[in-house]
Amino acid sequence: MEKNIKFILNGKEVEVTVHPVKTLLKVLREDLGHTEVKAGCEQGECGSCTVIIDGKIVNSCIFPVGQAEGSSIITIAGLCKEGELHPIQKIFIEEGAVQCGFCTPGIILAVKVLLDRTLSPGDEEIREAVSGNLCRCTGYSKIFSAIKKAAVYMRTKK
Amino acid sequence: MKKTLSKNNFHSVGNSVIRNDVIEKVTGTAKYIDDYKFGDMLYGATVRATVPHGNIKSFNSALALKIDGVIAVYTYKDVPGKNEVPFILNDYPLLASDKVLFHGQAIALVVAKTPEIAKFAAKKVEVTYQELPAINDVHQSLKKDAVKIFGNDNIFKRYDIIRGDAENVFEKAAVVVEGKYTTNYQVHAYLETQGMVADPQPDGSIVIYGSMQCPFYIHDAIVHILNVPQNKVRIVQTTTGGAFGGKEDVPSIVAAHAALAAYLSKKPVKIIYSREEDFQAMSKRHPSYIEMKYAADKKGKITAAQVRYILDGGAFSTLSPVVLWRGAVHAAGPYNIPNVKIEAICAATNKVPCGAFRGFGQPQTTFANESLIDELAVKLNISPLELRRINMMKVGSRTATGQKITRSCGLEKVIKQVVQKSDWNKIYLSPEKRTGTIRTGIGIAASFYGVGLGAGGKYLDRAGSYVQVQKDGTVIIAIGNTELGQGVFTVISQIAAEMLGCPYNFVRVLKTDTTRVPDSGPTVASRSTLMSGNAVRNAAGIIRLRIDKMVLEMLNVKSGAVKSNGKNYFLSSDPKKKVRYQDVVKKCYGKRINLTSNGWYAGEDVTFSQETGQGNAYYTYSYSATAAIVKVNTETCEVSVEKLVSGHDIGKALNPQLCEGQIEGGVIQSLGYALTENLIIKNGIMLNPSFAGYLIPTSSDIPEIIPVIVEEPYHDGPFGAKGLGEPPMITPATAIANAIYNATGWRTDKLPVTPEVLLDIKKHLWKKI
Repeated sequence: MEKNIKFILNGKEVEVTVHPVKTLLKVLREDLGHTEVKAGCEQGECGSCTVIIDGKIVNSCIFPVGQAEGSSIITIAGLCKEGELHPIQKIFIEEGAVQCGFCTPGIILAVKVLLDRTLSPGDEEIREAVSGNLCRCTGYSKIFSAIKKAAVYMRTKK
Repeated sequence: MKKTLSKNNFHSVGNSVIRNDVIEKVTGTAKYIDDYKFGDMLYGATVRATVPHGNIKSFNSALALKIDGVIAVYTYKDVPGKNEVPFILNDYPLLASDKVLFHGQAIALVVAKTPEIAKFAAKKVEVTYQELPAINDVHQSLKKDAVKIFGNDNIFKRYDIIRGDAENVFEKAAVVVEGKYTTNYQVHAYLETQGMVADPQPDGSIVIYGSMQCPFYIHDAIVHILNVPQNKVRIVQTTTGGAFGGKEDVPSIVAAHAALAAYLSKKPVKIIYSREEDFQAMSKRHPSYIEMKYAADKKGKITAAQVRYILDGGAFSTLSPVVLWRGAVHAAGPYNIPNVKIEAICAATNKVPCGAFRGFGQPQTTFANESLIDELAVKLNISPLELRRINMMKVGSRTATGQKITRSCGLEKVIKQVVQKSDWNKIYLSPEKRTGTIRTGIGIAASFYGVGLGAGGKYLDRAGSYVQVQKDGTVIIAIGNTELGQGVFTVISQIAAEMLGCPYNFVRVLKTDTTRVPDSGPTVASRSTLMSGNAVRNAAGIIRLRIDKMVLEMLNVKSGAVKSNGKNYFLSSDPKKKVRYQDVVKKCYGKRINLTSNGWYAGEDVTFSQETGQGNAYYTYSYSATAAIVKVNTETCEVSVEKLVSGHDIGKALNPQLCEGQIEGGVIQSLGYALTENLIIKNGIMLNPSFAGYLIPTSSDIPEIIPVIVEEPYHDGPFGAKGLGEPPMITPATAIANAIYNATGWRTDKLPVTPEVLLDIKKHLWKKI
């Protein structure tokens, strides 16, 4: 049975009328037009559909939308402030950490959660932070260096 | 802009400029095929075979058609043109008619109002089979009494390459080594699954949008199956989420399915594969079985190589003939060997068809030849480096096909730098001197790589371009190659900016569209920089001549060489005499000068003959070597790769940062191939079609990667460039296998070398003792 479900999406309150077990991924893409959230496997394995829910990274492809009631959700579209790229986005560009781009929104969100927690992440913390996000193009090398550089940049800007 | 490699006299090429498709990718606004919606759009789902080999006894779609929201179910009977996907041999039916040859083969298409309904209804289509005995492996396929599933011998293709008299040399050789090697499947595992939208037009034409490498292949396929004129079909690439060869040939199937459904229903139709479907139905890297022999004199000079190279092609041939050819031509390794005998066979089995995958047959042959070179070094009691140094290709060497290397050969420099940057001399110890539970090892593997299609696809090795300078000086470019994430649009923009004399960020490359430039061949074989790069160089060069004439006029000089720094043109002889780029463009428009041109490039001639197996196979070769440093736990047999140093002679790095990206990405795919990527097909059924069961490297598996670039310019390449996309995938897996041997003395003849495989080798050695 369909239900009214309310949550905050990128800072704005939204309401959808859908079946509560529909995945958050499908609701975001199909009902709300947020195609920046990508479907890579729909089995909770690749992390392309990553969103941030109340500060935590979640695979939206296996997350029933009913559980999102009342929560605050951030997609990659919520990262730019007034058209200005987030420092993580800027540094991913500079470091060449993007190739096909399909995993990129999810990885940047996973990095945001890491850097919200600490601006001095160790190598293992960095690997751990994006270990749920598969990337087949880059070999992760430039992603690691972008994360390190973003942490330094955000630490010194604070 | 940052670091450049060699001294760089260019304002655009050679610099690590920011890629030009990146803002939309970091903001999530880039549109991949599943992000497009069309009014009235319908959705397609595929009915697939549930047995590996069988005659179709009955087909019943009545139940599916009753489901609310289902529009139609289409079968082979509905195909207006030919019911075959045109690859090389045309043996692959678009939809199965009377029999199926693999579990997962497409039989029918369900079209419905939502993707969920289409997928649900596809499961409700009832197909019954008379099951037939299935061929599960390639050895079975080649037996005389085997069931025949292709022709009268199950052989898709066979090549023989014979140079000198290898058999005679083996009889008399001082030292002979031989080995048998097997490699498993590899799955592309691009993050965006296959997907297409077909949009029928009122004038009877059709437009296809989708995730693809080769729009012109798809164009040919649609014409073939719909039986429409070529000018009624238009293919447009959408932002593509990774490809690696997996979107070379098989998107023709997905696109042709969508096109058929759209043509018949007269509505736009979208087909997006689930991850499981993508695993089960799309092509894979061929499993291989290779018997290899080297003969050498006492000093380590290799005198002969003999290879029997067998690929498991799966149920249909797709691109198997050319994958086989590339592997065969390179199978003796990057060495100067006077006597070579190579026998290459690709045969059919009742499993998912194999096709193109980065490396294209070479990762398999490299595993055989580079493992055996190490064995030869052991037998000769010299270091693996020394043996390679004695035999490696240099200018003046000849390949297995008798091609003389006359230019641009940087293998020696590559090996030297890789050795130095891996601290080889500090780390290398022979295996018997290694002790302890966890042992370090270092290994190397080298390769050469024919850039482009060469004689394997001679008539396809050309490319067109279209360059237009707009009134404000910005530039629009169309090419026939596709952006897959590798960064070719960026490199093309750099080449155009360099040639025209404009800033790099003035250039925009349009999404690839078959109506903009003539058939420019596929985006494969590390050919885009060379082919489309030269085509753009050609077009921009024509425009530049007109610009230079105007510059001289504006400077009031009759003649002289005009140069550019990307902002201004100036006289070479008097750099103070200069004019702004945009002012010159404005003046040209004012004087009605055409600042638009088409460009064209065709590769140099190649002479390889199929009959003799001899001749020039490619115009030029890229050279590579990788050193791997590993730690092996001799109790658990787990392998941890600590460092990969991968060196590549690519002629000229037009964008060093993008080149590093290609190297780093390729070596990690190869690391997965070496250790963890293990697709299992049992009795024709794939057992692990998911990322949970098929393990590609994650961020936790990544060693230190040191990319090394060597520049031995190729005179006919754009600014000396050769190609780089595929080579990084070729050597690392074997370097890792050789490093494992160096750590433990355990020689694997199988990839992937999982802990179970190593444990087996360990037990076997134990028994011997």
